[in-house]
Amino acid sequence: MGSKTPLHEKHVDAGARIVDFGGWDMPLHYGSQKEEHHAVRQNAGVFDVSHMTIVDLAGERVREFLQHLVANDVAKLKEYGKALYTAMLNADGGVIDDLIIYYLSDTNYRLVVNAATRIKDLAWIREQAGAFDIAVNERAELAMVAVQGPNARELAAPCIAAEFRDAARAMKPFFGMQTGDVFIARTGYTGEDGWEICMPAADAPAVWDRLLAAGVVPCGLGARDTLRLEAAMNLYGTDMDETVSPLEAGLNWTIAWEPAERDFIGRAALEALRDAGNSRRFVGLLLEDRGVLRNHQKVVVDGVGEGEITSGGFSPTIGKSIALARVPAGDYDRAQVEVRGKLLNVRIVKTPFVRNGKIRIDIEE
Amino acid sequence: MSDLPGDLLYTKDHEWLRREDDGSVTIGITDHAQGALGDLVYVELPEVGQDVDEGGDMAVVESVKAASDVYAPISGSIAAVNEELADDPEKINSDPYGDGWIVRMQPSDGIDEGALLSPDDYQQLVDELDD
Repeated sequence: MGSKTPLHEKHVDAGARIVDFGGWDMPLHYGSQKEEHHAVRQNAGVFDVSHMTIVDLAGERVREFLQHLVANDVAKLKEYGKALYTAMLNADGGVIDDLIIYYLSDTNYRLVVNAATRIKDLAWIREQAGAFDIAVNERAELAMVAVQGPNARELAAPCIAAEFRDAARAMKPFFGMQTGDVFIARTGYTGEDGWEICMPAADAPAVWDRLLAAGVVPCGLGARDTLRLEAAMNLYGTDMDETVSPLEAGLNWTIAWEPAERDFIGRAALEALRDAGNSRRFVGLLLEDRGVLRNHQKVVVDGVGEGEITSGGFSPTIGKSIALARVPAGDYDRAQVEVRGKLLNVRIVKTPFVRNGKIRIDIEE
Repeated sequence: MSDLPGDLLYTKDHEWLRREDDGSVTIGITDHAQGALGDLVYVELPEVGQDVDEGGDMAVVESVKAASDVYAPISGSIAAVNEELADDPEKINSDPYGDGWIVRMQPSDGIDEGALLSPDDYQQLVDELDD
């Protein structure tokens, strides 16, 4: 038996199929993963993401610390509440984890890191924090739900305390704000608009009930995975890990090279990899033949070499199979994938596959 | 869990078999199997006329979650495949014992009922898995 979130009983009551995820008992789906997926694209769905690890950092030198800890630069955060997506690297430039950083005040930042990497992340952050006199405070007592979809904010607004409701509704994308003991952020992992709401564990079941009563559909990890794949958002441990640099995981945009004197962990290794210039490509694939692409299938590029699918699956929105893959450097837009001994044709497409309810790739060429 | 059809035989791999009047055998996967796989999105079918050995790969059913092999529960040749699954694999979810059938085989030897499960035995297997 794994750890249980404050919403565990709600999942069981709703008929969830429970699976282990990084040591947590989590809902995979509540009946139909596809229907949950469509609910988020077309209306609103809610995910229990209480297993995610929330870490609050406090200290006079916290900004300086984060400029050392992560590859993106928190100096980009000019307004309170603004969020930054980034990766924490080891000295070799490999990805220890990806995370979101919220700028709460000049001496307080909130990090949200992955559940499966919790222990190593906390150990790493504490080890690095020592020299900066930073208080590292894990907020295990908080529950978190992600309400996602075009109607998510409208349906979730009644759950926000009345005095904060207007401010919450006015909040721009990729910002967060504290409303009493509830933290609301306009972030997510689906490619749709919505909020992630952190709250005291005891409050979570009532919020969950209220969202469901408003017509928000409970969604499991299965739909979360197909939604994030369509949005081409990386999954840690699948699309990247400590042996892969952000340059080969489609995360170049999260590396802040300037200012050149900012000495973040992994910078020297990353610069050497960048200057060598033969990084593998991280691309989106659309399957043109019938079948389903899956993780770890081999990608064959005629005359160039071989790569691997890091995340593959069926796209409920597109009705075809899609994948993220790491493939050899080179200029080409077609490849094949080996599926049960047969080579199926795929086309390399610009990601995301789907965003804000719309298919963003050409299905027919 | 709905009641199992009493006129079928079952396998430990969650497949069902129905003996037809012409001596052929229709094969599909059980309600428990489709429930565990979730929404089906693709079915890879064998060629009609192909010979298969008992225990060999015969078809692949893929859901949004995973791919799963369908093994031949008996030896024989493929007499027919359910072509409708190509465009509508979810028939397996909605009607696993009816419109969601997968193949029809002509057995090369008889059917060894001792190697298969009765409805009661299969129900017991599923009940143990659900515990």
